[in-house]
Amino acid sequence: MDGRIHSVETFGSVDGPGVRFLIFFQGCRMRCRYCHNADTWKTDGGEPMSADELLDRAERYRAYWGESGGITVSGGEPLLQLDFLTELFEKAKRRGINTCVDTAGQPFSREEPFFSKFKRLCEVCDLFLVDIKHIDPEAHRALTGFSNENILDMLRFLSERKKPVWIRHVLVPGLTDDDAALRRTRQFIDTLGSVERVEVLPYHSMGAFKWRELGLDYPLGDTLPPSKERIQNAENILVD
Amino acid sequence: MRVVVKIPDEIKNEAWRGFKGRQWKEDIDVRDFIQHNYTPYDGDESFLAGPTEATDKLWGRLQELQREERAKGGVLECETEVVSGLTSYGPGYIDESMKELEKVVGLQTDKPLKRAFMPYGGVKMAQQAAATYGYTVNPELVHIFTEYHKTHNQAVFDAYTPEMKLARHNHIITGLPDTYGRGRIVGDYRRVALYGLDYLIGMKEKDLFFCGGRNMSEEHIRLRGEIADQIRALKGMLKMAEIYGYDISKPARNAREAVQWLYFGYLAAVKTQNGAAMSVGRISTFLDIYIDRDLREGVLTESEAQELIDHLVLKFRMVKFARIPSYNELFSGDPIWATLEMAGVGMDGRHMVTKNDYRFLHTLENMGPSPEPNLTVLYSSRLPETFKKYAAKISVNTSSIQYENDGVMRPVWGDDYSICCCVSATQTGKEIQFFGARANLAKCLNYALNGGVDLNTRQQVGPEITPVTSEYLDYDEVMHKFNAMMSWLVELYVNTLNLIHYMHDKYYYEAAEMALIDTYTRRTFATGIAGFSHVVDSLSAIKYAKVKTVRDDSGLIVDYEIEGDFPRYGNDDERADEIAVWLLKAFMKKVREHHTYRNSEPTTSILTITSNVVYGKATGATPDGRKAGAPFAPGANPAYGAEKNGLLASLNSVAKLPYTYALDGISNTQTISPNALGHSLEERVDNLWHILDGYFDQGAHHLNVNVFGVDKLRDCMEHPEKPEYANFTIRVSGYAVKFIDLTREQQLDVIARSAHEVL
Repeated sequence: MDGRIHSVETFGSVDGPGVRFLIFFQGCRMRCRYCHNADTWKTDGGEPMSADELLDRAERYRAYWGESGGITVSGGEPLLQLDFLTELFEKAKRRGINTCVDTAGQPFSREEPFFSKFKRLCEVCDLFLVDIKHIDPEAHRALTGFSNENILDMLRFLSERKKPVWIRHVLVPGLTDDDAALRRTRQFIDTLGSVERVEVLPYHSMGAFKWRELGLDYPLGDTLPPSKERIQNAENILVD
Repeated sequence: MRVVVKIPDEIKNEAWRGFKGRQWKEDIDVRDFIQHNYTPYDGDESFLAGPTEATDKLWGRLQELQREERAKGGVLECETEVVSGLTSYGPGYIDESMKELEKVVGLQTDKPLKRAFMPYGGVKMAQQAAATYGYTVNPELVHIFTEYHKTHNQAVFDAYTPEMKLARHNHIITGLPDTYGRGRIVGDYRRVALYGLDYLIGMKEKDLFFCGGRNMSEEHIRLRGEIADQIRALKGMLKMAEIYGYDISKPARNAREAVQWLYFGYLAAVKTQNGAAMSVGRISTFLDIYIDRDLREGVLTESEAQELIDHLVLKFRMVKFARIPSYNELFSGDPIWATLEMAGVGMDGRHMVTKNDYRFLHTLENMGPSPEPNLTVLYSSRLPETFKKYAAKISVNTSSIQYENDGVMRPVWGDDYSICCCVSATQTGKEIQFFGARANLAKCLNYALNGGVDLNTRQQVGPEITPVTSEYLDYDEVMHKFNAMMSWLVELYVNTLNLIHYMHDKYYYEAAEMALIDTYTRRTFATGIAGFSHVVDSLSAIKYAKVKTVRDDSGLIVDYEIEGDFPRYGNDDERADEIAVWLLKAFMKKVREHHTYRNSEPTTSILTITSNVVYGKATGATPDGRKAGAPFAPGANPAYGAEKNGLLASLNSVAKLPYTYALDGISNTQTISPNALGHSLEERVDNLWHILDGYFDQGAHHLNVNVFGVDKLRDCMEHPEKPEYANFTIRVSGYAVKFIDLTREQQLDVIARSAHEVL
């Protein structure tokens, strides 16, 4: 089976523990207004690559990983290619490679056949990086085009399964930095059992050029990155 | 006849108390002394002491002087009346009113940051350098060095062939040391501390006695003259130290003396030579032995030990030479490459990290970042993790240190080598290097395509081979012509260097440094490559894409249009990287075909310092799409914008270049934005040493690490007056420099290259 791959990055240092080889899957259904990888949206694009091909490439950088590094699959939305993702991670585990997926959880469902497949993924994925884009379902829909109920449910499931999770929240001034919502997010996180880390990722506009290249209007044209104070505030609420 | 040179027992017993080993006591063998006496340190940095009040005061004063220097256009004062020598001046201090605070004394001239008049390399340059900053050298001195004494520069130009002059004028051979000292010769300054000068003079007198007695060949006659010069220099060193109230005829008895004695050895070098690189050498572990003994004897505290190292480093931060503007364009920011090494692994497998390695790195915290001394960590994944973390932390916070792979250098140079320039290894006290500038291979490729005609001057510089006449470049044809042109270039280049070094030995001999090196020394002959990645990418473009030539009215190819995609060096793509490996090997093999001066062993390097900007400016468009006049990538770095798969792919490409073919060094400079390296300091530190482990375990040679964002560079370029930028140091190819000291062109170049941002 081949995956549809948008690109790879040999040096990832902020998407999971240690130095990591990042694999960006092609395709996402969400349309987050601040998305910095808009070029990964199209679900029919990407370069077909096999799991072994990707792992062979990744292993060229094994010397840099030490004890902690490995591979992280990001996107796009990795769960849209769940079968390939699972195959990739199964093969990675056989090679002794630490695996990590960076997902927004949007395709998650307890319906079959997805649910069984997802459970299989859990067996070969060492760490889930999960975005909580907004805690409020309606605000989430306004921000991404989808509700968040199944995403929060995925987090509950991962918690039940005791799978290690890092929660990430992109802080966008005026959209996702409202104190009340941040506090609700915190309350939700506190109900989960296997969260190892919560990260606040300050919004940046470095992905705006990709929207323009795709002929799209960047909806956050005037939004500036959050101030140090707002970042600190969010960390106080979400992390400390 | 028997010649016996001995240090009296009562002196040895005191100076060498507690020191183990035997061989080093009966000969001159600093390595043997180190191996028998150093203590590897596995702990962390918690023992370190902050700056003393004296350090704060002296560094504060020096910073004031540096500000004045900058305000005066880069030079505080130039000597115009006195020829620099070992004893030309009375004592000089950072500040006369604070001289008792200086634990390590000695300046190049009588005043801090005052630049000496050094005419032996070339009086015109010395005169011009002073004139640039508004000083007029006494005409009588100019007269003497024009009429009565031949300088190195005069001698070289007397002997240059017309072809050499033409190649030099057209910058296909470039950065030649023909107007100033060649540098890169590292005296074993530790010998002054360990043995004292009486013994060293005695040993040289013994060498002189036995030299050439049976067979007075030209070689021996020359060597006898040189040894005599060395002995004279050692005696001059004695007097130089006396001026400061010290008697260095006997071995140092404690740490403070060891530091001072060693520094006097180095000071002698920088008073008599204005070499491009005046490295300090591998002194850290050596000095640790003295400090460790004093600490154990209870006569020195950690704070006093750190103060000694801080003050020694202060002195290295003050070394200056008067240079002409064209030199500054090549080597920006007033560098002198006071390169100083730490760490490494011994031949017996013990790591050589000592507490003193921490102390030297700690100077960057006690006194802030600085380009000099050029602190170099001899890296191995086998170094203790505590030390790796500390070095990485200093890199993240100051961007002031460089890393070189002990794992590839140790098998070639042993475990007591120094770095004699930016990145080149040399066995301390056992070897010298003939420094050799660079051959511009990108220009050579253009000559191959245009029948030896230079695009900038339109002169026929290379041999008149048939130019390429087709519209599209054919790989086999280009390779054939390029090979031929490179053979011509290498021959001319090696011959030019032979001539330069002959004259340098004769007219500007490094007596003070050579006095601290074995009489029968190993010699290497360093050549260098500029424009490396552009040639690689050009050949790859011709091979894998279609390259159409664009000609001017006279039929010369002045530009290229590339149709289609091609693999570029810097992406861990074998197709391009194998061209890179081929290019290095082909060049080096050609160098080896030629006779090199004084039976030296030829080597080459891929490093360009900041000269990548100037070399690029003098070079027409290249088939990789680089426009005419655009800067080259520095050193062995991939070309701008070539890297599409991130930092590690780029590192892997460079790591493939075999060090054994580039024993003079393969320089790589990478800038990583803090956000791309990790969220927290702890993560950044961990990620950085993992990168270093991975890179060097694959056999790579060198890495400059900068950790800052492009925003900071832009702000610094626009607001150089901000106090926080006064000492903002960045690593460029093979050395460190204050960013505000770069030309605007070079600043823009650094900004363009600082690519590893997180998206």
